[in-house]
Amino acid sequence: MEYQTVRTTCTYCGTGCGVLLEVLDGEVVGTLPQKDHPINEGKLCIKGWSAHEFIYADGRLTKPLVRKGDKLEEASWDEALDFVAKRLLELKKKNGPDSLGCFSSAKCTNEENYLLQKIFRAVIGTNNVDHCARL
Amino acid sequence: MTNSVPEFEDADCILITGSNTTSSHPLIASRVMKAKEKGAKIIVIDPRKNHIASLADIHVKQNLGSDVAWINGLMHIILKEGWQNQTFIDERTEGFEDLKKAVEAYTPEKAEEISGIPKETLREIAELYAKSEKSSIIYCMGITQHITGTDNVKSLANLAMLTGQIGRPSTGVNPLRGQNNVQGSTDMAAIPNKYPGYQDVTNDEIREKFEKAWGGPLSPKVGLTVVEMINAIEEGKLKGLYILGENPMISDPDSTHVEKALDDVEFLVVQDIFLTETAKKADVVLPGASFAEKDGTYTGTDRRVQKIRKAIDPLGEAKPDWEILCLVGKALGGKGFDFQSPREVFDELAELTPIYHGIDYDRIEKEIIHWPCREKDDPGSPYLHKDGFARGKGLFTPIEYKPPAELPDDEYPYQLTTGRLPFHYHTGTMTRVSPSLTHEINEAYIELHPQDAKALGVKHGERVRVSSRRGAIEVKVLVTSGIKQGVAFIPFHFAEAAANRLTNSAALDPIAKIPEYKVCAIKIEKINGREG
Ligand code: SF4
Repeated sequence: MEYQTVRTTCTYCGTGCGVLLEVLDGEVVGTLPQKDHPINEGKLCIKGWSAHEFIYADGRLTKPLVRKGDKLEEASWDEALDFVAKRLLELKKKNGPDSLGCFSSAKCTNEENYLLQKIFRAVIGTNNVDHCARL
Repeated sequence: MTNSVPEFEDADCILITGSNTTSSHPLIASRVMKAKEKGAKIIVIDPRKNHIASLADIHVKQNLGSDVAWINGLMHIILKEGWQNQTFIDERTEGFEDLKKAVEAYTPEKAEEISGIPKETLREIAELYAKSEKSSIIYCMGITQHITGTDNVKSLANLAMLTGQIGRPSTGVNPLRGQNNVQGSTDMAAIPNKYPGYQDVTNDEIREKFEKAWGGPLSPKVGLTVVEMINAIEEGKLKGLYILGENPMISDPDSTHVEKALDDVEFLVVQDIFLTETAKKADVVLPGASFAEKDGTYTGTDRRVQKIRKAIDPLGEAKPDWEILCLVGKALGGKGFDFQSPREVFDELAELTPIYHGIDYDRIEKEIIHWPCREKDDPGSPYLHKDGFARGKGLFTPIEYKPPAELPDDEYPYQLTTGRLPFHYHTGTMTRVSPSLTHEINEAYIELHPQDAKALGVKHGERVRVSSRRGAIEVKVLVTSGIKQGVAFIPFHFAEAAANRLTNSAALDPIAKIPEYKVCAIKIEKINGREG
């Protein structure tokens, strides 16, 4: 059996408490507070203590899905990415860059937010970029 | 936040408004409790007696949407009594005379009439806040989700500047951000008018810098906000939408309207870890990774940039979201998406973002850094405005009270406000699959004052139909004297009884474009028959 803890940051609220994910044989089995983290100093709230529980929840998506008629069907990454690119570029050509937009995510990382706005600003050519957090 | 989280502990007075701190930010609430142990006075102004309110030295329930009135009232009293910090005003601010004129009309009587807060209590709050050595303000969505949200925030800033309760440790004006990386996503320009680090898209010099870095022409035109994009779909102007890790079907006000837009948009891509209500409407769904399956950084509510670290591989064929976005960028023919790791992405963004410029992965491995951190030898900024404001002098903005967009009437006689629970997160896609959390509560309810429940003839645990001009839902009743009479509260985490079917998205704050989530008019009816 291989056990390790990984120092990371709680994903549930903007307080940003330091947590340790307990990993047993490649599976996350628990969340512990970091004792030496200046914000939470060894404490967590109920959401923090259960921060690992949703990772393996039923309904996690594990394959790209592409709509075929009324249904979303499993597809390969190549197929899904080609379809995304083809349709976005078609719409851009037909209606202009401002006919496209994105909602970025207050749950995703800084790097991911940076990349999505870079795609829309630099590749698509629109500033229609926002996130749902003003909501 | 202007100040960092640990600083709350050493404040002498903490004024909390529109934040259910214990529910939404438990480990910040625990700092507030520590401050109280050390002798700080806690003031809570909130229409609900939430947990933090029950610990407060003073708790008052203001009328919904009356915030500008009571804040102006406090400033009126402070000026009448001479409790303002004149040195701070003279040296650090401008526009004082205009502010003075504007608050002149907000006598304690008038402030009481609009806000429902007794004038004696207003005086007590004004004195405590102004005269304490270090006073700090905490606010959350209860302040921003109004048509006057920007006004409310500016009013709080006026109050802090008037009394010099800003620019020092344990003072300041501190919005608590809801989701884990709201601060970071805003910093990274997931907003329609800025490039990363709050640099204007309309500024030619700045745009040229980004054009050079990203290798192509950029649009000088400010883009659309979420709510404007939804409306643009209805108007046939927006044809394609890419949604990353969000579930606007539940989080947006007036979700009936959002649902229609997502049905109508020609092409919808959703990148998420679950098949959310929103993802079910997509043409393509890309499976992303949870925080345990990737590296990267989050920026906390106090501007603290921290690492998340990969503990396990993504499930199945899912991929880390940063990797998916690089693939999408390349598939679209974009240049500059050949990143091998989030570290490389961070290095690029830090290069272009002055407030992050001094931060890198090696540094945050060892130290806690709050932006602005401009150079490698810059320790960062736990609190802001130490020697001055971003624009030089702090500007007072005179603000007049405006009533909420939708007031109760004969048909819709009650006011509804919405909010979070301690056990769930936003639209519940993550928490509602978590056994420890659903064990606590897994069903929507409506909080009613005992008098209102009596008038409606409903008892605790019975079901009611709640409707507004936009939609209707059915929920269980929870009778509590913790809520103001005439006001009802529904938590917004539950898709099957989404409070946002009722709320008013048509009423937007004109500047921040935040919908008026926190007030709308509703009708409540008892459901008769067997299911009742
Ligand atoms: S442990 Fe609780 S307070 Fe801390 S970040 Fe997580 S959800 Fe927020």
